[in-house]
Amino acid sequence: MKNPKRFTERLLRNLIAVMFSIPCLIPLLLIVFNSLKTKQAAAAMDLSLPALPIPWENFSVVIEKGKLAQSFLNSLLYSAGSVFLCVFFASAAAYVMSRNQTRINRFLYMFLVLGITLPINYVALSKVLITLRLNNTRGGIILLYTAMQLPFMTFLIHGFVAKVPTELDEAAVIDGCGPVRLFFLVVLPLLKPAVITAGVLTFLNTWNEFTAPLYFLNSTSKWPMTLSVYNFFGMYFKDWNLVCADILLTSLPVLLIYLLGQKYIVSGMTTGAVKG
Amino acid sequence: MNKNKIYPWYFMAGALLVYFILFFLPGLLGVGYSFTDWSAYSTELNFVGLDNFRTIFSANENYTKIISNTLVFTLVTTVIKNVLGLALAVLLTKSVRFLNLHRSIVFMPSVLSTLIIGMLFKSILDAKSGLLNTALRACGLGFLAQKWLVSTEYAFGSVMAVDIWRGTGYIMTILIAGILSISTDYYEAAEIDGAGGIQKFRYITLPLILPTLATTTVLNIIYGLKVFDMVYALTNGGPGKATTEVLYTAVFKRFGTGQYAVGTALSSVMFVIMIFVGYFMIRLMTRNEVIE
Repeated sequence: MKNPKRFTERLLRNLIAVMFSIPCLIPLLLIVFNSLKTKQAAAAMDLSLPALPIPWENFSVVIEKGKLAQSFLNSLLYSAGSVFLCVFFASAAAYVMSRNQTRINRFLYMFLVLGITLPINYVALSKVLITLRLNNTRGGIILLYTAMQLPFMTFLIHGFVAKVPTELDEAAVIDGCGPVRLFFLVVLPLLKPAVITAGVLTFLNTWNEFTAPLYFLNSTSKWPMTLSVYNFFGMYFKDWNLVCADILLTSLPVLLIYLLGQKYIVSGMTTGAVKG
Repeated sequence: MNKNKIYPWYFMAGALLVYFILFFLPGLLGVGYSFTDWSAYSTELNFVGLDNFRTIFSANENYTKIISNTLVFTLVTTVIKNVLGLALAVLLTKSVRFLNLHRSIVFMPSVLSTLIIGMLFKSILDAKSGLLNTALRACGLGFLAQKWLVSTEYAFGSVMAVDIWRGTGYIMTILIAGILSISTDYYEAAEIDGAGGIQKFRYITLPLILPTLATTTVLNIIYGLKVFDMVYALTNGGPGKATTEVLYTAVFKRFGTGQYAVGTALSSVMFVIMIFVGYFMIRLMTRNEVIE
């Protein structure tokens, strides 16, 4: 060793990094290990490795008892629906608000983006939903999720629109392109990275959200996965192997999306925080 | 070229309509309803003036405790997440083995559902057979084992700790992006001048990352004041009288018991405060944007 001080410093750094990473990993390991154990072995909820043979039937049991197929489809519908609506509305609004910065449009942008900080008044919202006959409906939840995500997603895409040169718009207009075609055929394709980021974030957020269904969905057949896993936990709290299997299946989509789309998630979450 | 023609107003209509009706309007209506005796038990609606607010701010109710809990939660989690997040961000922008793996792992809790994290930590923090106490006992540190979630002494601290565990990775990720955007020239120049690691942090990293820290602070405050999931899943406000109760778990309970007017008044206090505070926060967040 040429430089012993450097070496110990390096070692220390690596040790500290591991020390912080491990606690973040433990809960995930808990879920994975215990979902692969029998009821007796999982009762302790510890980090011992699952014994062979692995009881794979945990998953089939939980899919059947927890009615996971139904809630998976619900979650998928809510997430996909709000991703589509939110990305569509947010990009269209962000585009016009960024390109045509009149006084009123700047005010409307501020008004919309203020929603990032505002709390939702769920109690009064119930009144609005009942009036609109959206209470306890799947469409209502999708629209509600859209409304919740719109402020941040508009903010995210707005910053990106400014980077797309306006010369393109001018050229397209001179060639006789109308506003609708200009947006869909010229600008939207160039917004692809921002649109994907917004879509991924909306999907993650809506998949994990459970407050709105907790308030407004009375029938269990309409519950998304997060809420039904909580309900399942209430009924089978002694069967940690099943609860963990349920949690694992519920988290799998977000973990997959996280692994595949980490780049987009990080870039989306850092928007506005770092000068681009 | 006529900008209003090329960029027509109706492009904004969808977003504004959905946002206004399902987000902003309930906030406004809620303020109105907080001056009434709206409840699930009567179809009549009477004007009661400031009665609901008197209930909220009167000393013999738990509401002052709930409000102070929310503020303490926000303050403590914001400070600790920022400090820990900054320390981790500095560490994980240096040469560490498996750098990206570490970053991914620390960030991972942020993508999991809070409800699921709550359930897991209920098991981990269980007094008798939880992983934490079992581990402490195994290390001979049994005297440190506590009733983490069910004693009035430790419950609130435990809830905040779990929230810090969940949220630090997110803050770290933003700060890493901030640190990486600092030009390496500064560090090279400082090295030539013989600056050590601590000096480099104090005189280069810290001042240049302040704007990013301001944003993470804003995000943390917004999150903290609105916190619901974490508390609901871990303790649901208990144990005892409002030990860990925060604004939004209290609103949910009033909704459940049909005391709509008090629930909406609690929500409205936040709504009105956030319209004003939020305006400055949003100005701070949008300041980096390019304005034509």
